[in-house]
Amino acid sequence: MKILVCMKQVPQKDAPLKLNETAAWIRDDVSYEVNEPDAFALEESLRQKEKHGGEVVVITSGPARSQQVLREALAKGADRAIHLEDNAFVGLDAFNTAKAFAAAIKDEKFDLIFTGLQSDDYGYAQTGVILAELLGWPHATIIMQIEKTDTGIRVKRELEAGFFQFVDMPLPAVLTIQSGINKLRYATLIGIKQAKNKPIRKVPLAEVQSAIGGNLQKIERLYVPQKTKKTEHIEGTPNEIAKKLVDKLRNELRVL
Amino acid sequence: MPDTILVVVEQREGKLNRVSWETITAGQAIAATTGWTLEAAVVGASVSALAAEVAAKKVAKVYTVESPKLEPYTPDAFAAALKQFLTTKQPKLVLMPHTYQVRDFVPKLATAMGRTVISDCIGFKHEGGKLLFTRQMFQGKFAADVSFASDAPWFVTFQNGAFRGDKAEAAACAAPVEAVSIEIADGVIRNKPQEVFKEAKQAVDLTQAEIIVSVGRGIKEQKNIEMVKQLAEALGGELAASRPICDSGWLPMDRQIGSSGQTVAPKLYLALGISGAIQHIVGMKGSRAIIAVNKDSEAPIFEIADYAVVGNLFDIVPPLIEEVKKAKAGS
Repeated sequence: MKILVCMKQVPQKDAPLKLNETAAWIRDDVSYEVNEPDAFALEESLRQKEKHGGEVVVITSGPARSQQVLREALAKGADRAIHLEDNAFVGLDAFNTAKAFAAAIKDEKFDLIFTGLQSDDYGYAQTGVILAELLGWPHATIIMQIEKTDTGIRVKRELEAGFFQFVDMPLPAVLTIQSGINKLRYATLIGIKQAKNKPIRKVPLAEVQSAIGGNLQKIERLYVPQKTKKTEHIEGTPNEIAKKLVDKLRNELRVL
Repeated sequence: MPDTILVVVEQREGKLNRVSWETITAGQAIAATTGWTLEAAVVGASVSALAAEVAAKKVAKVYTVESPKLEPYTPDAFAAALKQFLTTKQPKLVLMPHTYQVRDFVPKLATAMGRTVISDCIGFKHEGGKLLFTRQMFQGKFAADVSFASDAPWFVTFQNGAFRGDKAEAAACAAPVEAVSIEIADGVIRNKPQEVFKEAKQAVDLTQAEIIVSVGRGIKEQKNIEMVKQLAEALGGELAASRPICDSGWLPMDRQIGSSGQTVAPKLYLALGISGAIQHIVGMKGSRAIIAVNKDSEAPIFEIADYAVVGNLFDIVPPLIEEVKKAKAGS
Protein backbone atom coordinates (compact mmCIF):
# COMPACT_ATOMS: atom_id res chain seq x y z
CA MET A 1 0.00 0.00 0.00
CA LYS A 2 1.28 3.42 -0.91
CA ILE A 3 0.33 5.81 1.89
CA LEU A 4 0.73 9.57 2.17
CA VAL A 5 0.68 11.05 5.66
CA CYS A 6 -0.02 14.78 5.95
CA MET A 7 1.76 16.17 8.97
CA LYS A 8 1.83 19.55 10.67
CA GLN A 9 4.29 21.23 12.99
CA VAL A 10 2.60 23.10 15.82
CA PRO A 11 3.82 24.97 18.92
CA GLN A 12 4.70 22.61 21.77
CA LYS A 13 1.79 21.87 24.08
CA ASP A 14 3.08 23.77 27.07
CA ALA A 15 5.03 26.42 25.16
CA PRO A 16 4.25 29.92 26.43
CA LEU A 17 2.69 31.71 23.45
CA LYS A 18 2.67 35.44 22.82
CA LEU A 19 0.85 37.50 20.22
CA ASN A 20 2.98 39.20 17.58
CA GLU A 21 3.03 42.99 17.10
CA THR A 22 0.00 43.10 14.81
CA ALA A 23 -1.95 40.56 16.94
CA ALA A 24 -2.65 38.71 13.72
CA TRP A 25 -0.65 35.65 14.75
CA ILE A 26 1.66 34.37 17.48
CA ARG A 27 5.33 35.13 17.82
CA ASP A 28 7.45 32.50 16.14
CA ASP A 29 10.11 32.18 18.84
CA VAL A 30 8.68 29.13 20.58
CA SER A 31 9.48 25.44 20.56
CA TYR A 32 7.63 23.30 18.06
CA GLU A 33 6.59 19.68 17.86
CA VAL A 34 4.57 17.42 15.59
CA ASN A 35 0.79 17.78 15.83
CA GLU A 36 -0.08 14.83 18.03
CA PRO A 37 -2.90 13.34 15.93
CA ASP A 38 -0.53 13.42 12.93
CA ALA A 39 1.98 11.34 14.91
CA PHE A 40 -0.75 8.73 15.38
CA ALA A 41 -1.52 8.91 11.67
CA LEU A 42 2.14 8.29 10.85
CA GLU A 43 2.31 5.37 13.30
CA GLU A 44 -0.77 3.84 11.66
CA SER A 45 0.77 4.16 8.19
CA LEU A 46 3.96 2.45 9.37
CA ARG A 47 1.95 -0.42 10.85
CA GLN A 48 -0.01 -0.80 7.61
CA LYS A 49 3.26 -0.89 5.68
CA GLU A 50 4.65 -3.51 8.05
CA LYS A 51 1.54 -5.63 7.49
CA HIS A 52 0.98 -5.19 3.77
CA GLY A 53 4.21 -3.83 2.34
CA GLY A 54 4.39 -0.67 0.28
CA GLU A 55 5.65 2.83 0.89
CA VAL A 56 5.01 5.63 3.36
CA VAL A 57 5.51 9.20 2.18
CA VAL A 58 5.17 12.16 4.53
CA ILE A 59 4.30 15.70 3.52
CA THR A 60 4.19 19.01 5.33
CA SER A 61 3.91 22.68 4.45
CA GLY A 62 5.61 25.46 6.37
CA PRO A 63 8.85 27.29 6.97
CA ALA A 64 12.27 25.63 7.17
CA ARG A 65 11.78 24.63 10.81
CA SER A 66 8.89 22.33 9.86
CA GLN A 67 11.34 19.99 8.16
CA GLN A 68 12.00 18.62 11.66
CA VAL A 69 8.63 16.88 11.56
CA LEU A 70 9.62 15.15 8.31
CA ARG A 71 13.04 14.13 9.64
CA GLU A 72 11.45 12.52 12.68
CA ALA A 73 8.97 10.69 10.46
CA LEU A 74 11.75 9.39 8.24
CA ALA A 75 13.65 8.28 11.34
CA LYS A 76 10.59 6.32 12.48
CA GLY A 77 10.37 4.51 9.15
CA ALA A 78 8.77 6.67 6.48
CA ASP A 79 10.43 6.19 3.09
CA ARG A 80 10.54 9.69 1.69
CA ALA A 81 9.25 13.17 2.35
CA ILE A 82 7.79 16.17 0.54
CA HIS A 83 8.30 19.64 2.00
CA LEU A 84 6.29 22.59 0.72
CA GLU A 85 8.75 25.05 2.13
CA ASP A 86 7.82 28.71 2.50
CA ASN A 87 6.76 31.01 5.34
CA ALA A 88 3.71 31.88 3.25
CA PHE A 89 2.24 28.42 3.81
CA VAL A 90 1.62 29.25 7.47
CA GLY A 91 -1.04 31.80 6.59
CA LEU A 92 -3.02 29.63 4.20
CA ASP A 93 -6.49 28.49 5.21
CA ALA A 94 -7.40 24.78 5.13
CA PHE A 95 -8.85 25.05 1.62
CA ASN A 96 -5.62 26.46 0.20
CA THR A 97 -3.44 24.06 2.17
CA ALA A 98 -5.39 21.15 0.74
CA LYS A 99 -5.10 22.63 -2.76
CA ALA A 100 -1.34 23.03 -2.34
CA PHE A 101 -1.00 19.42 -1.20
CA ALA A 102 -3.15 18.17 -4.09
CA ALA A 103 -0.96 20.06 -6.54
CA ALA A 104 2.26 18.75 -4.97
CA ILE A 105 1.14 15.11 -5.26
CA LYS A 106 -0.50 15.24 -8.67
CA ASP A 107 2.00 12.86 -10.25
CA GLU A 108 1.84 10.30 -7.43
CA LYS A 109 -0.51 7.33 -7.10
CA PHE A 110 -1.37 6.85 -3.46
CA ASP A 111 -3.81 4.20 -2.16
CA LEU A 112 -4.41 6.00 1.10
CA ILE A 113 -3.93 9.49 2.45
CA PHE A 114 -3.94 10.00 6.22
CA THR A 115 -4.22 13.20 8.19
CA GLY A 116 -4.61 13.67 11.91
CA LEU A 117 -8.24 14.41 12.74
CA GLN A 118 -7.42 18.02 13.58
CA SER A 119 -4.51 20.27 14.47
CA ASP A 120 -3.72 21.52 17.95
CA ASP A 121 -3.20 25.10 16.76
CA TYR A 122 -6.23 25.78 14.52
CA GLY A 123 -8.42 22.88 15.56
CA TYR A 124 -10.50 23.10 12.35
CA ALA A 125 -10.59 19.40 11.47
CA GLN A 126 -11.04 20.18 7.77
CA THR A 127 -7.91 19.73 5.67
CA GLY A 128 -8.27 15.96 5.16
CA VAL A 129 -11.95 16.16 4.20
CA ILE A 130 -11.30 19.05 1.82
CA LEU A 131 -8.43 17.13 0.22
CA ALA A 132 -10.70 14.12 -0.37
CA GLU A 133 -13.25 16.31 -2.15
CA LEU A 134 -10.55 17.98 -4.28
CA LEU A 135 -9.20 14.57 -5.32
CA GLY A 136 -12.68 13.12 -5.84
CA TRP A 137 -11.91 10.34 -3.32
CA PRO A 138 -14.16 8.81 -0.64
CA HIS A 139 -13.19 9.63 2.93
CA ALA A 140 -13.96 8.84 6.55
CA THR A 141 -13.06 10.76 9.69
CA ILE A 142 -12.02 10.12 13.28
CA ILE A 143 -10.76 6.64 12.52
CA MET A 144 -9.71 4.17 15.21
CA GLN A 145 -9.00 1.07 13.13
CA ILE A 146 -8.14 0.18 9.53
CA GLU A 147 -8.27 -3.26 7.95
CA LYS A 148 -7.60 -4.29 4.38
CA THR A 149 -10.46 -6.12 2.64
CA ASP A 150 -10.99 -7.60 -0.82
CA THR A 151 -12.90 -4.53 -1.93
CA GLY A 152 -10.74 -1.91 -0.25
CA ILE A 153 -10.71 -1.22 3.47
CA ARG A 154 -12.93 -1.53 6.52
CA VAL A 155 -12.49 1.32 8.98
CA LYS A 156 -13.84 1.93 12.47
CA ARG A 157 -15.27 5.41 12.88
CA GLU A 158 -15.46 6.91 16.34
CA LEU A 159 -18.73 8.66 17.16
CA GLU A 160 -19.68 10.61 20.26
CA ALA A 161 -20.56 9.15 23.67
CA GLY A 162 -18.69 5.88 23.23
CA PHE A 163 -20.37 4.82 19.99
CA PHE A 164 -18.52 3.41 16.97
CA GLN A 165 -19.31 2.35 13.42
CA PHE A 166 -17.58 0.15 10.87
CA VAL A 167 -17.55 1.43 7.29
CA ASP A 168 -16.49 -0.44 4.15
CA MET A 169 -14.77 1.78 1.61
CA PRO A 170 -13.07 1.42 -1.75
CA LEU A 171 -9.54 2.65 -2.41
CA PRO A 172 -8.07 5.15 -2.89
CA ALA A 173 -9.43 7.00 0.12
CA VAL A 174 -8.60 9.74 2.63
CA LEU A 175 -8.84 8.98 6.35
CA THR A 176 -8.51 11.37 9.29
CA ILE A 177 -6.98 9.53 12.20
CA GLN A 178 -7.99 9.78 15.87
CA SER A 179 -5.44 9.99 18.68
CA GLY A 180 -5.07 6.76 20.57
CA ILE A 181 -5.59 4.50 17.54
CA ASN A 182 -2.26 2.89 18.38
CA LYS A 183 0.82 3.38 20.57
CA LEU A 184 3.50 5.64 19.15
CA ARG A 185 6.94 4.16 18.51
CA TYR A 186 10.22 5.91 19.22
CA ALA A 187 12.75 6.41 16.43
CA THR A 188 15.67 4.00 16.85
CA LEU A 189 19.29 5.08 16.49
CA ILE A 190 19.51 3.06 13.29
CA GLY A 191 16.36 4.76 12.05
CA ILE A 192 17.78 8.20 12.75
CA LYS A 193 20.95 7.26 10.87
CA GLN A 194 19.05 5.85 7.91
CA ALA A 195 16.85 8.93 7.75
CA LYS A 196 19.80 11.05 6.66
CA ASN A 197 19.84 9.23 3.32
CA LYS A 198 16.13 9.33 2.64
CA PRO A 199 14.99 11.89 0.05
CA ILE A 200 13.14 15.07 0.99
CA ARG A 201 11.66 16.68 -2.09
CA LYS A 202 11.38 20.44 -1.71
CA VAL A 203 8.39 22.09 -3.33
CA PRO A 204 8.69 25.87 -3.52
CA LEU A 205 5.62 28.09 -3.31
CA ALA A 206 6.00 28.96 -7.00
CA GLU A 207 5.36 25.35 -7.99
CA VAL A 208 1.89 25.28 -6.42
CA GLN A 209 1.07 28.99 -6.66
CA SER A 210 -1.32 28.55 -9.59
CA ALA A 211 -3.36 26.03 -7.60
CA ILE A 212 -4.04 28.28 -4.63
CA GLY A 213 -6.04 31.46 -4.41
CA GLY A 214 -6.91 34.05 -1.79
CA ASN A 215 -8.06 32.73 1.57
CA LEU A 216 -11.84 32.40 1.81
CA GLN A 217 -11.81 33.41 5.45
CA LYS A 218 -9.74 35.83 7.48
CA ILE A 219 -8.58 35.96 11.08
CA GLU A 220 -9.40 39.57 11.88
CA ARG A 221 -7.75 39.45 15.27
CA LEU A 222 -6.21 37.06 17.77
CA TYR A 223 -6.45 37.86 21.46
CA VAL A 224 -6.25 36.49 24.94
CA PRO A 225 -9.77 35.30 25.71
CA GLN A 226 -11.76 37.44 28.06
CA LYS A 227 -12.42 35.51 31.17
CA THR A 228 -16.06 35.25 32.04
CA LYS A 229 -15.45 33.05 35.05
CA LYS A 230 -14.30 34.43 38.37
CA THR A 231 -11.50 32.16 39.52
CA GLU A 232 -10.38 32.08 43.12
CA HIS A 233 -6.76 31.02 43.57
CA ILE A 234 -6.08 28.79 46.53
CA GLU A 235 -2.53 29.29 47.78
CA GLY A 236 -0.17 28.27 50.56
CA THR A 237 1.62 25.11 51.57
CA PRO A 238 0.06 21.84 50.40
CA ASN A 239 -1.41 21.33 53.88
CA GLU A 240 -2.86 24.85 53.90
CA ILE A 241 -4.29 24.35 50.41
CA ALA A 242 -5.85 21.05 51.47
CA LYS A 243 -7.52 22.71 54.47
CA LYS A 244 -8.76 25.66 52.38
CA LEU A 245 -10.17 23.32 49.74
CA VAL A 246 -12.04 21.26 52.32
CA ASP A 247 -13.41 24.49 53.73
CA LYS A 248 -14.72 25.42 50.26
CA LEU A 249 -16.12 21.95 49.69
CA ARG A 250 -17.99 22.06 52.94
CA ASN A 251 -19.14 25.66 53.25
CA GLU A 252 -19.36 27.00 49.71
CA LEU A 253 -19.98 23.99 47.51
CA ARG A 254 -21.77 21.96 50.20
CA VAL A 255 -20.54 18.62 48.95
CA LEU A 256 -19.04 17.49 52.26
CA MET B 1 -35.74 40.27 0.49
CA PRO B 2 -33.70 39.87 3.66
CA ASP B 3 -30.94 37.30 3.68
CA THR B 4 -31.61 33.87 5.14
CA ILE B 5 -29.92 31.98 7.92
CA LEU B 6 -30.41 28.24 7.56
CA VAL B 7 -29.92 25.93 10.54
CA VAL B 8 -29.34 22.33 9.49
CA VAL B 9 -30.32 20.21 12.48
CA GLU B 10 -28.96 16.74 13.13
CA GLN B 11 -30.87 13.53 13.51
CA ARG B 12 -29.93 9.88 13.82
CA GLU B 13 -32.35 7.02 13.32
CA GLY B 14 -35.37 9.26 13.64
CA LYS B 15 -34.26 11.11 16.78
CA LEU B 16 -33.18 14.74 16.83
CA ASN B 17 -29.73 15.34 18.29
CA ARG B 18 -30.48 17.70 21.21
CA VAL B 19 -27.48 19.85 20.40
CA SER B 20 -29.52 21.07 17.41
CA TRP B 21 -31.57 23.27 19.79
CA GLU B 22 -28.34 25.10 20.62
CA THR B 23 -27.86 25.84 16.92
CA ILE B 24 -31.44 27.14 16.71
CA THR B 25 -30.69 29.46 19.65
CA ALA B 26 -27.59 30.66 17.81
CA GLY B 27 -29.59 31.21 14.63
CA GLN B 28 -32.24 33.18 16.52
CA ALA B 29 -29.55 35.37 18.10
CA ILE B 30 -27.89 36.11 14.76
CA ALA B 31 -31.28 36.77 13.13
CA ALA B 32 -32.14 39.24 15.90
CA THR B 33 -28.85 41.09 15.39
CA THR B 34 -28.81 41.14 11.58
CA GLY B 35 -32.51 41.24 10.77
CA TRP B 36 -32.10 38.19 8.54
CA THR B 37 -34.74 35.48 8.24
CA LEU B 38 -34.21 32.24 10.15
CA GLU B 39 -35.13 28.90 8.59
CA ALA B 40 -34.25 25.32 9.40
CA ALA B 41 -33.75 22.07 7.52
CA VAL B 42 -33.88 18.41 8.52
CA VAL B 43 -32.00 15.96 6.33
CA GLY B 44 -32.81 12.26 6.08
CA ALA B 45 -34.93 9.57 4.50
CA SER B 46 -38.23 10.36 6.16
CA VAL B 47 -38.08 13.27 8.57
CA SER B 48 -41.45 15.01 8.63
CA ALA B 49 -42.06 14.11 12.29
CA LEU B 50 -38.75 15.71 13.22
CA ALA B 51 -39.53 18.72 11.07
CA ALA B 52 -42.72 19.21 13.08
CA GLU B 53 -40.63 19.26 16.28
CA VAL B 54 -38.37 21.93 14.80
CA ALA B 55 -41.36 23.90 13.50
CA ALA B 56 -42.50 24.40 17.09
CA LYS B 57 -39.53 26.76 17.54
CA LYS B 58 -39.55 30.33 16.32
CA VAL B 59 -38.32 29.91 12.77
CA ALA B 60 -39.86 31.21 9.55
CA LYS B 61 -39.95 27.83 7.80
CA VAL B 62 -38.68 24.26 8.11
CA TYR B 63 -37.57 22.17 5.12
CA THR B 64 -37.45 18.40 4.94
CA VAL B 65 -34.57 17.47 2.64
CA GLU B 66 -35.38 13.88 1.83
CA SER B 67 -34.16 10.91 -0.16
CA PRO B 68 -34.14 7.22 0.77
CA LYS B 69 -30.41 7.33 0.03
CA LEU B 70 -29.87 9.64 3.02
CA GLU B 71 -30.33 6.73 5.41
CA PRO B 72 -27.90 5.58 6.72
CA TYR B 73 -25.73 8.68 6.92
CA THR B 74 -22.86 8.90 4.44
CA PRO B 75 -20.81 12.00 3.63
CA ASP B 76 -21.34 11.50 -0.12
CA ALA B 77 -25.14 11.51 0.22
CA PHE B 78 -25.33 14.38 2.69
CA ALA B 79 -22.94 16.58 0.71
CA ALA B 80 -24.75 15.86 -2.55
CA ALA B 81 -28.22 16.44 -1.08
CA LEU B 82 -27.31 19.67 0.69
CA LYS B 83 -25.38 20.99 -2.31
CA GLN B 84 -28.52 20.49 -4.43
CA PHE B 85 -30.73 22.18 -1.83
CA LEU B 86 -28.39 25.07 -1.03
CA THR B 87 -27.69 25.84 -4.68
CA THR B 88 -31.41 26.43 -5.18
CA LYS B 89 -32.12 28.05 -1.82
CA GLN B 90 -29.01 30.28 -1.63
CA PRO B 91 -29.03 31.11 2.08
CA LYS B 92 -26.51 33.68 3.28
CA LEU B 93 -25.45 31.71 6.33
CA VAL B 94 -25.66 27.98 7.08
CA LEU B 95 -25.34 26.94 10.74
CA MET B 96 -24.70 23.46 12.11
CA PRO B 97 -23.62 22.00 15.44
CA HIS B 98 -19.95 20.92 15.48
CA THR B 99 -20.75 17.24 15.86
CA TYR B 100 -18.63 14.33 14.61
CA GLN B 101 -21.13 13.83 11.79
CA VAL B 102 -21.08 17.46 10.70
CA ARG B 103 -17.26 17.42 10.74
CA ASP B 104 -17.46 14.40 8.46
CA PHE B 105 -19.35 16.13 5.65
CA VAL B 106 -19.54 19.92 5.94
CA PRO B 107 -15.96 20.62 4.73
CA LYS B 108 -16.74 18.38 1.74
CA LEU B 109 -20.02 20.19 1.07
CA ALA B 110 -18.41 23.62 1.31
CA THR B 111 -15.51 22.63 -0.95
CA ALA B 112 -17.91 21.18 -3.53
CA MET B 113 -19.60 24.58 -3.59
CA GLY B 114 -16.30 26.49 -3.66
CA ARG B 115 -16.98 27.86 -0.18
CA THR B 116 -15.51 27.62 3.31
CA VAL B 117 -16.44 26.62 6.86
CA ILE B 118 -15.54 28.48 10.04
CA SER B 119 -15.75 25.57 12.43
CA ASP B 120 -16.07 25.00 16.17
CA CYS B 121 -17.16 28.55 16.94
CA ILE B 122 -18.05 29.65 20.45
CA GLY B 123 -19.85 32.86 19.58
CA PHE B 124 -20.36 35.65 17.09
CA LYS B 125 -20.07 39.42 16.85
CA HIS B 126 -21.78 41.93 14.59
CA GLU B 127 -19.46 44.90 14.14
CA GLY B 128 -20.01 47.67 11.62
CA GLY B 129 -22.43 45.50 9.68
CA LYS B 130 -19.88 42.66 9.48
CA LEU B 131 -20.37 39.23 11.02
CA LEU B 132 -17.41 37.82 12.91
CA PHE B 133 -17.25 34.34 14.35
CA THR B 134 -15.24 33.68 17.48
CA ARG B 135 -13.32 30.48 17.92
CA GLN B 136 -10.61 29.13 20.18
CA MET B 137 -7.10 28.65 18.88
CA PHE B 138 -4.03 26.92 20.31
CA GLN B 139 -6.17 24.72 22.55
CA GLY B 140 -7.93 27.69 24.09
CA LYS B 141 -4.88 29.85 24.80
CA PHE B 142 -6.15 32.46 22.34
CA ALA B 143 -9.44 33.44 20.76
CA ALA B 144 -9.82 34.49 17.14
CA ASP B 145 -12.52 36.57 15.47
CA VAL B 146 -12.86 35.25 11.93
CA SER B 147 -14.70 36.77 8.98
CA PHE B 148 -15.72 35.40 5.59
CA ALA B 149 -13.85 36.63 2.52
CA SER B 150 -15.96 34.51 0.17
CA ASP B 151 -19.42 34.72 -1.36
CA ALA B 152 -22.41 33.15 0.36
CA PRO B 153 -23.39 30.62 1.45
CA TRP B 154 -21.19 30.96 4.51
CA PHE B 155 -20.83 27.80 6.63
CA VAL B 156 -20.41 27.97 10.41
CA THR B 157 -20.39 25.19 13.00
CA PHE B 158 -20.90 25.92 16.70
CA GLN B 159 -19.22 24.11 19.58
CA ASN B 160 -21.34 22.04 21.99
CA GLY B 161 -22.45 24.27 24.82
CA ALA B 162 -21.67 27.56 23.05
CA PHE B 163 -25.38 28.35 23.15
CA ARG B 164 -28.15 27.12 25.43
CA GLY B 165 -30.55 24.68 23.85
CA ASP B 166 -33.18 25.50 26.46
CA LYS B 167 -33.11 29.12 25.35
CA ALA B 168 -34.39 28.33 21.86
CA GLU B 169 -37.50 30.47 21.59
CA ALA B 170 -40.74 28.62 20.92
CA ALA B 171 -43.08 29.75 18.18
CA ALA B 172 -46.50 31.24 18.79
CA CYS B 173 -47.75 28.91 16.10
CA ALA B 174 -45.99 26.18 14.14
CA ALA B 175 -43.85 27.23 11.19
CA PRO B 176 -44.78 25.95 7.73
CA VAL B 177 -42.96 22.81 6.62
CA GLU B 178 -41.85 22.51 3.01
CA ALA B 179 -40.82 19.16 1.51
CA VAL B 180 -37.78 19.12 -0.72
CA SER B 181 -37.17 15.98 -2.72
CA ILE B 182 -33.57 15.18 -3.59
CA GLU B 183 -32.21 13.06 -6.40
CA ILE B 184 -28.98 11.21 -5.63
CA ALA B 185 -27.60 9.38 -8.66
CA ASP B 186 -26.31 5.81 -8.53
CA GLY B 187 -22.62 5.60 -7.79
CA VAL B 188 -22.50 8.80 -5.75
CA ILE B 189 -22.38 6.94 -2.43
CA ARG B 190 -19.11 5.08 -2.07
CA ASN B 191 -19.01 4.23 1.66
CA LYS B 192 -20.97 1.30 3.09
CA PRO B 193 -21.63 1.97 6.76
CA GLN B 194 -22.59 -0.80 9.18
CA GLU B 195 -24.72 -0.55 12.33
CA VAL B 196 -23.70 1.97 14.98
CA PHE B 197 -22.74 0.21 18.21
CA LYS B 198 -21.47 0.92 21.70
CA GLU B 199 -18.20 -0.79 22.51
CA ALA B 200 -17.73 -0.86 26.26
CA LYS B 201 -20.56 -2.22 28.29
CA GLN B 202 -21.00 0.95 30.25
CA ALA B 203 -20.27 0.01 33.83
CA VAL B 204 -20.61 3.54 35.14
CA ASP B 205 -22.87 6.37 34.05
CA LEU B 206 -20.80 9.40 34.90
CA THR B 207 -23.67 11.71 33.98
CA GLN B 208 -25.35 10.65 37.24
CA ALA B 209 -22.36 11.36 39.48
CA GLU B 210 -22.59 14.41 41.76
CA ILE B 211 -18.85 14.53 42.32
CA ILE B 212 -16.26 13.62 39.72
CA VAL B 213 -12.51 13.41 40.31
CA SER B 214 -10.81 13.45 36.92
CA VAL B 215 -7.19 12.83 35.94
CA GLY B 216 -5.15 13.93 32.97
CA ARG B 217 -1.63 13.47 31.73
CA GLY B 218 -0.25 15.20 34.81
CA ILE B 219 -0.75 11.91 36.66
CA LYS B 220 2.36 10.71 34.80
CA GLU B 221 2.12 6.98 35.52
CA GLN B 222 -0.61 4.40 35.84
CA LYS B 223 0.32 3.51 39.41
CA ASN B 224 -0.39 7.08 40.54
CA ILE B 225 -4.06 6.67 39.71
CA GLU B 226 -4.46 4.67 42.92
CA MET B 227 -3.93 7.85 44.93
CA VAL B 228 -6.65 9.67 42.96
CA LYS B 229 -8.97 6.70 43.39
CA GLN B 230 -8.59 7.11 47.16
CA LEU B 231 -9.52 10.78 46.86
CA ALA B 232 -12.59 9.92 44.80
CA GLU B 233 -13.63 7.34 47.38
CA ALA B 234 -13.04 9.75 50.27
CA LEU B 235 -15.25 12.32 48.55
CA GLY B 236 -17.88 9.78 47.58
CA GLY B 237 -17.32 10.63 43.94
CA GLU B 238 -16.58 8.86 40.66
CA LEU B 239 -13.23 8.57 38.94
CA ALA B 240 -12.93 9.93 35.39
CA ALA B 241 -10.20 10.87 32.95
CA SER B 242 -9.20 12.77 29.87
CA ARG B 243 -8.70 10.86 26.64
CA PRO B 244 -4.95 10.10 26.77
CA ILE B 245 -5.39 8.25 30.08
CA CYS B 246 -8.04 6.00 28.53
CA ASP B 247 -6.09 5.56 25.27
CA SER B 248 -3.18 4.26 27.35
CA GLY B 249 -5.52 1.78 29.02
CA TRP B 250 -4.90 3.23 32.51
CA LEU B 251 -8.64 3.65 32.96
CA PRO B 252 -11.43 2.05 30.92
CA MET B 253 -13.03 3.97 28.06
CA ASP B 254 -16.29 4.46 29.96
CA ARG B 255 -14.42 6.77 32.34
CA GLN B 256 -13.54 9.16 29.50
CA ILE B 257 -14.89 12.71 29.63
CA GLY B 258 -14.87 14.79 26.47
CA SER B 259 -16.14 15.01 22.92
CA SER B 260 -15.58 11.29 22.34
CA GLY B 261 -16.62 10.19 25.81
CA GLN B 262 -19.25 11.37 28.23
CA THR B 263 -20.50 14.90 28.76
CA VAL B 264 -21.10 15.63 32.43
CA ALA B 265 -22.37 18.49 34.57
CA PRO B 266 -21.82 17.38 38.19
CA LYS B 267 -22.02 19.48 41.34
CA LEU B 268 -18.25 19.29 41.57
CA TYR B 269 -15.63 18.48 38.95
CA LEU B 270 -12.13 18.15 40.33
CA ALA B 271 -9.59 18.24 37.47
CA LEU B 272 -6.17 16.91 38.44
CA GLY B 273 -3.26 17.31 36.04
CA ILE B 274 -5.62 18.15 33.18
CA SER B 275 -4.43 20.94 30.90
CA GLY B 276 -7.85 21.78 29.50
CA ALA B 277 -7.72 20.82 25.84
CA ILE B 278 -10.89 21.84 24.03
CA GLN B 279 -11.91 18.23 23.35
CA HIS B 280 -11.96 17.63 27.11
CA ILE B 281 -13.49 20.94 28.24
CA VAL B 282 -16.43 20.43 25.93
CA GLY B 283 -17.39 17.42 28.05
CA MET B 284 -17.33 19.12 31.48
CA LYS B 285 -17.64 22.90 31.15
CA GLY B 286 -21.23 22.71 32.33
CA SER B 287 -20.15 21.49 35.77
CA ARG B 288 -21.58 23.59 38.58
CA ALA B 289 -18.22 23.96 40.29
CA ILE B 290 -14.78 23.24 38.88
CA ILE B 291 -11.61 22.89 40.95
CA ALA B 292 -8.42 22.56 38.91
CA VAL B 293 -4.99 21.48 40.07
CA ASN B 294 -2.16 21.91 37.56
CA LYS B 295 1.46 22.95 37.87
CA ASP B 296 1.23 25.12 34.73
CA SER B 297 -0.29 28.49 35.62
CA GLU B 298 -1.11 29.04 31.91
CA ALA B 299 -3.09 25.82 31.53
CA PRO B 300 -6.39 26.59 29.74
CA ILE B 301 -8.31 24.65 32.43
CA PHE B 302 -7.86 27.67 34.70
CA GLU B 303 -10.03 29.73 32.32
CA ILE B 304 -13.08 27.84 33.46
CA ALA B 305 -12.10 26.89 37.00
CA ASP B 306 -13.96 28.31 39.97
CA TYR B 307 -11.05 27.42 42.22
CA ALA B 308 -7.51 27.21 40.97
CA VAL B 309 -4.55 25.50 42.58
CA VAL B 310 -1.33 26.11 40.70
CA GLY B 311 0.84 23.39 42.10
CA ASN B 312 2.02 19.83 41.99
CA LEU B 313 -0.87 17.41 42.37
CA PHE B 314 1.42 14.84 44.02
CA ASP B 315 2.03 17.34 46.84
CA ILE B 316 -1.60 18.34 47.14
CA VAL B 317 -3.66 15.19 46.80
CA PRO B 318 -2.30 13.23 49.83
CA PRO B 319 -3.03 16.00 52.40
CA LEU B 320 -6.34 16.63 50.63
CA ILE B 321 -7.36 13.01 51.14
CA GLU B 322 -6.52 13.34 54.84
CA GLU B 323 -8.46 16.56 55.28
CA VAL B 324 -11.49 15.17 53.46
CA LYS B 325 -11.46 12.05 55.66
CA LYS B 326 -11.12 14.22 58.77
CA ALA B 327 -14.01 16.43 57.69
CA LYS B 328 -16.25 13.44 57.00
CA ALA B 329 -15.32 11.73 60.27
CA GLY B 330 -15.78 14.93 62.27
CA SER B 331 -19.29 15.63 60.96
